[in-house]
Amino acid sequence: MTLDKVRKGQQIKIISILDEIIRVQAIRFGIAEGSVVTCQEKVPAGPIVLRKNNQEIAIGRNLANKIDVALN
Amino acid sequence: MNIPEGAKKIVLAGNPNAGKSVFFNYFTGLYVDVSNYPGTTLEISYGEFEKNVLIDTPGVYGISSFNDEERIARDIILSADIVINVVNAVNLERDLFLTQQIIDSGKPVIMALNMIDEAEKNGIIIDIDLLSKELGIPVIPTVAIKKTGLDKVKGGIDLARIGNICNEIRLKLDPLTKRLGSQGEALLVLEGDPAVSARNGMEPGSSREEIYLARRERVNQVIEEVIQKSSSKSGFSNKLGSLMIMPLTGIPILVAALWIMYKIIGVYIAGNIVGFTEGTVMAGIYEPAVRHVVGQIIPNTSILGKILTGEFGILTMTVTYVLGLLLPLVAGFYFFLAIFEDSGYLPRIATLVDRVLTGIGLNGRAVIPLILGFGCVTMASITTRLLSSERERRIAIFLLGLVIPCSAQLGVITGLLAGIGPQYAALYAIIILAVLITVGTVLNNVLPGRSADLLIDLPALRPPRIGNIMKKTTGKTFMFVKEATPLFALGALLISVFQVTGILVYLQNLLAPVTVGWLRLPPEIATVFIMGIVRRDFGAAGLNYMTLTPGDTLVALVTLTLFVPCIASVLVLFKERGRKEAIIMWIATWVIAFFVGGLVAQVLNVFGRSSNTEGIAVVLAFFGLIAIVSRLFKRFYKTITAQI
Ligand SMILES: Nc1nc2c(ncn2[C@@H]2O[C@H](COP(=O)(O)OP(=O)(O)O)[C@@H](O)[C@H]2O)c(=O)[nH]1
Ligand SMILES: [Mg+2]
Repeated sequence: MTLDKVRKGQQIKIISILDEIIRVQAIRFGIAEGSVVTCQEKVPAGPIVLRKNNQEIAIGRNLANKIDVALN
Repeated sequence: MNIPEGAKKIVLAGNPNAGKSVFFNYFTGLYVDVSNYPGTTLEISYGEFEKNVLIDTPGVYGISSFNDEERIARDIILSADIVINVVNAVNLERDLFLTQQIIDSGKPVIMALNMIDEAEKNGIIIDIDLLSKELGIPVIPTVAIKKTGLDKVKGGIDLARIGNICNEIRLKLDPLTKRLGSQGEALLVLEGDPAVSARNGMEPGSSREEIYLARRERVNQVIEEVIQKSSSKSGFSNKLGSLMIMPLTGIPILVAALWIMYKIIGVYIAGNIVGFTEGTVMAGIYEPAVRHVVGQIIPNTSILGKILTGEFGILTMTVTYVLGLLLPLVAGFYFFLAIFEDSGYLPRIATLVDRVLTGIGLNGRAVIPLILGFGCVTMASITTRLLSSERERRIAIFLLGLVIPCSAQLGVITGLLAGIGPQYAALYAIIILAVLITVGTVLNNVLPGRSADLLIDLPALRPPRIGNIMKKTTGKTFMFVKEATPLFALGALLISVFQVTGILVYLQNLLAPVTVGWLRLPPEIATVFIMGIVRRDFGAAGLNYMTLTPGDTLVALVTLTLFVPCIASVLVLFKERGRKEAIIMWIATWVIAFFVGGLVAQVLNVFGRSSNTEGIAVVLAFFGLIAIVSRLFKRFYKTITAQI
């Protein structure tokens, strides 16, 4: 499924990120393909906030549509 | 800044909010030179540091060229003799990517492992000796705000070492390093950096992702070994952070924050403080004094006298505007911006409003210039620099110039609308909103490319530190005065020349057919528009002295809001966007202002100015329709382009 389908509080594994630029930036943030993160918050029709350890990252909804994830 | 012979370039590098500026301020004291980096508009601080030069870089997550900040940080880091890497111990996993990249670039590095206090609070314990051994560089634990460990870093600069380069990367790197003579340049060529490749006459490499993954793996492995205990926190700041981004609670919080800001800047500073600085000090003491002094040598009524000390005089208007009017307002804005920035609130506002802004080709980050626009469009235009693509900067700056009235103008407009009734106020708001949505949607679809999606880090919320806030506020305000003064002087000169040569009156007559024929306003309104070019609020205030029907007032206000921004913001527009683009935008604001203003006038005219309520309902429906059509236009445009 894609990241925008994830519910708040679920733990997920990033499977693939389509856009190369985003993929590379995500690697720098530490959320490379394969890493496990938690959906911290979901703004209605808006960005999704992922959490990994003490770090939070907000991802726009359009971008979230293009990120494949699996429940962990 | 000139670097003295024999001096080393010591560069502070790190992720955003790692504490670099606290280090910089502690190490360099008062003698700091803030300058624009060549070819860009970002400010870089240079300072003397013993016999060497210390440079503060913009915070980045890695060295590459995803935005202006990264490009600058990249070039400064690649030219460094020694790098002090400031690392946030709370987010070690993220921060070490940059650390390892700098190590891979072959620069001698010393690490300041900062925010040890917060790490401890979060139950994170880091084996510092092991970290140092793994990376091959000295690591010094610090708490910058308590000055703990800062002197150790200062004394340890010479201990900086070239660290352990990532194995997989070394194999690829070595041959290219020999060829180019610089490991840093070689690394970025391998990582496919376009600018670095070009300046070395190389094709950009294609191994960026491979290298990044290898580096990430290496960092994760180091983390695994050095972090002894880690428990995720879930304290008050975390809850507050969540409340700030969810619409139900986030919008009231934002409104409250903006209301406080409006009260302090719009009411207190713009009213009381500016009343004192502009009215009492400048108009009351400074200007008469200057007129008197200059008048001794050059008669005030002569042409030169008028240019120097007349109504738009270089020595009078420029100084009054910059110091009397703008300085307090600008300082107020930077003060709030610094608080929002330092506390970590800003990226949360961006997250909250992201959805709304994507429709007009912007993402959440654009909220900052748009909010600032209500204070002063000129200032806000400068902050469009933080948007990540040219496309977004273009859209934001144009919308700012077109639809966002500045605080002083907003005050006058509110007063006038209050006088003619709430239905007109609603109509005014809807017309302006319709223009914002329409123009934003059209630009979003017509401009080539796609705007970037939101991808931002939400740093921990923390109470802002007053010392840091003050330093940022004064530094940025000073930069503003330095930049604005020559531009204002130029504008003043131009207007004065117009006035003494009679061009001002000539323009007034030239405008008459448009103002009377199309806008259906009395001819004297031209004066108001001409004043509006000088300063928008000046023009709006001019309306106060005219007797107009409510309908006419509405038309004049709409036109004046959409009308060319004031001289100062036009000058900033040229500075930020370059001549060609600025001229296009400038002309477009004229066209849109008069087109929409005239449209309102004509529609009001057709549907009877006398029976106002009906007319208003029709005009309302009309502009609501335009807004809806513009949304449909988006789909239509997509289908069309897909077919072509
Ligand atoms: N708790 C804590 N806060 C710190 C420390 N160092 C810096 N800060 C705060 O972190 C924020 C970011 O610092 P700043 O120097 O502006 O970061 P920069 O973006 O790297 O220049 C500021 O609010 C500082 O007061 C530290 O060691 N402990
Ligand atoms: Mg800084």
